[in-house]
Amino acid sequence: MKQLLILSGKGGTGKTTVASALIKLHQAKVCADCDVDAPNLHLVLSAGGERTKSDYFGLPKALIDQKDCIQCNRCMEVCRFDAITFDGRYRIDQNACEGCGVCEFVCPTKAVALYPSVNGELILYHGRETVFSTATLSMGSGNSGMLVSSVKKQMLSIPMETDLAIIDGSPGIGCPVIASLSGVDSVLVVAEPSISGFSDFTRILKTASIFQVPTLVCINKHDTNPNQSRRIKDYCEENGIPFVGMIPFDPMAVQIVNQGKTIVEIDCPSGNATREIYLKVLGLLFRREKS
Amino acid sequence: MKIAVLSGKGGTGKTLVSVNLASVIANSVYLDCDVEEPNGRLFFKPEHPIEEDVNVLIPIVDQERCDGCRACVEFCRFNALAIIKGKVKVYEEICHSCGGCTLVCPQGAIREIPKSIGRIERGVSHGVDVRTGILNVGNESGVPIIKKLLESVDDDQRNVIIDCPPGSSCVVMESIKSADVCVLVAEPTIFGAHNLAMVYELACVFEKPVFAVLNKTLAGENPSKTFCIEKNIEIAIDIPFDEELGRVNSNAGIIVEVDENHRELFMDLYDRIQKGVGHEAATHS
Repeated sequence: MKQLLILSGKGGTGKTTVASALIKLHQAKVCADCDVDAPNLHLVLSAGGERTKSDYFGLPKALIDQKDCIQCNRCMEVCRFDAITFDGRYRIDQNACEGCGVCEFVCPTKAVALYPSVNGELILYHGRETVFSTATLSMGSGNSGMLVSSVKKQMLSIPMETDLAIIDGSPGIGCPVIASLSGVDSVLVVAEPSISGFSDFTRILKTASIFQVPTLVCINKHDTNPNQSRRIKDYCEENGIPFVGMIPFDPMAVQIVNQGKTIVEIDCPSGNATREIYLKVLGLLFRREKS
Repeated sequence: MKIAVLSGKGGTGKTLVSVNLASVIANSVYLDCDVEEPNGRLFFKPEHPIEEDVNVLIPIVDQERCDGCRACVEFCRFNALAIIKGKVKVYEEICHSCGGCTLVCPQGAIREIPKSIGRIERGVSHGVDVRTGILNVGNESGVPIIKKLLESVDDDQRNVIIDCPPGSSCVVMESIKSADVCVLVAEPTIFGAHNLAMVYELACVFEKPVFAVLNKTLAGENPSKTFCIEKNIEIAIDIPFDEELGRVNSNAGIIVEVDENHRELFMDLYDRIQKGVGHEAATHS
């Protein structure tokens, strides 16, 4: 089974709109939402089947047992994350603690210990023929990269007879994006034609290339800025990156998504353009396999 | 006053709101904490910015002294160390710079050296002090850059606009911790409303006063507006979808500099924040 990941660098370029449309067109049996900071794919995928939720444990967090604390200040000295505060008592800011365990190691009286901490929730929809894996990160938690790895592991936990898994990614280029890249066969980048969009587009392409994942590029709302659209296409050409199509600005898209549907379920310009992109992506993905 | 601009969902117009708000406030500071995709500088185009590297500490192992005891490997909770063919190997990208390995090594074979993960650019443009954090491509976490940016305005008495990263994770939390008020930018889709709810919850956890800005509004249903009314969140301004605004913004132009109506709109936003926060302070005292 191949894995296709949708990324963008910049937020709001249309990752989820495109991912949900591709899932619908391919009737994908296996899919996942790796945007654990702000997951949205479930809002437009009428994911069927049984829903199982499980707590996600990230790294443990430190706690100080006040009765054993001799206020030596050693923990505060060594903590690199400013997670230890003193207001007459030493306390650990649970939001700032990264669970490294250095405070526990240096404490002379063993007053500090690490305890398991729930950092999010994994959700798995398992239908008769479909698997959809998603998660929500707890407010303000770190470790989103580790949660992304768990989402992908969960997606593969139920073997399915199918050729393609489609995964919606998160914006940016940091830990959740890097975690989502592992094991992926190809990334489809949804670019936005603007000065900001172009800058972010080049950063995500560099990230994918560092982790040696091949990329494909499409442009959303191409007609809102023809000059920047041309710049994106030229960049792809110069760098030998396959360009798979352009989606026009389409006021209907917002209305369709707000009904909880994908843009390929109703006849509209953006949906039709996405259909063409789908065929090209499929052609490139499976041609690569044969060669 | 420190004003954090955030949204949960990406692409709702955080940078649009931050850049234009900073532009209508005399003598303000614009802080770009979206270090993975820093775009405010593309609008302000400050000339000759001063650059400063941001470093983190990473371990380096003296292989002569190391006897392969594995104490560091077992201690590291981030799996950033491994023993390969009897030698310790450091995976710099996943190291969190906690310094634990240097403390546990019985041979004293590990020390730390600085490694650059990005930079901060500072420059002035249009009367705004523009400070941008930029994470190097391929690095996992921009938190140290955000911390450094925020430290740079710790005692600043000016108005500081903090352009936050998307999402609701550690980087966003870091960005809003020191803010006096949060401005939540939302677009009129079910995605926008769902992520608005997430950042609203985050702002509530940190007990910050909040204002909403509804962006790209169109006639018809707006799930984000419905959420604001339900939760009794003050809608400070409503920025209707506008082709001209879209064009200026997508070419990295600052709309308040070319359009009087938008200038008034953003002045109004600043007024409402000032009044709202003043009121909040008065009722809390």
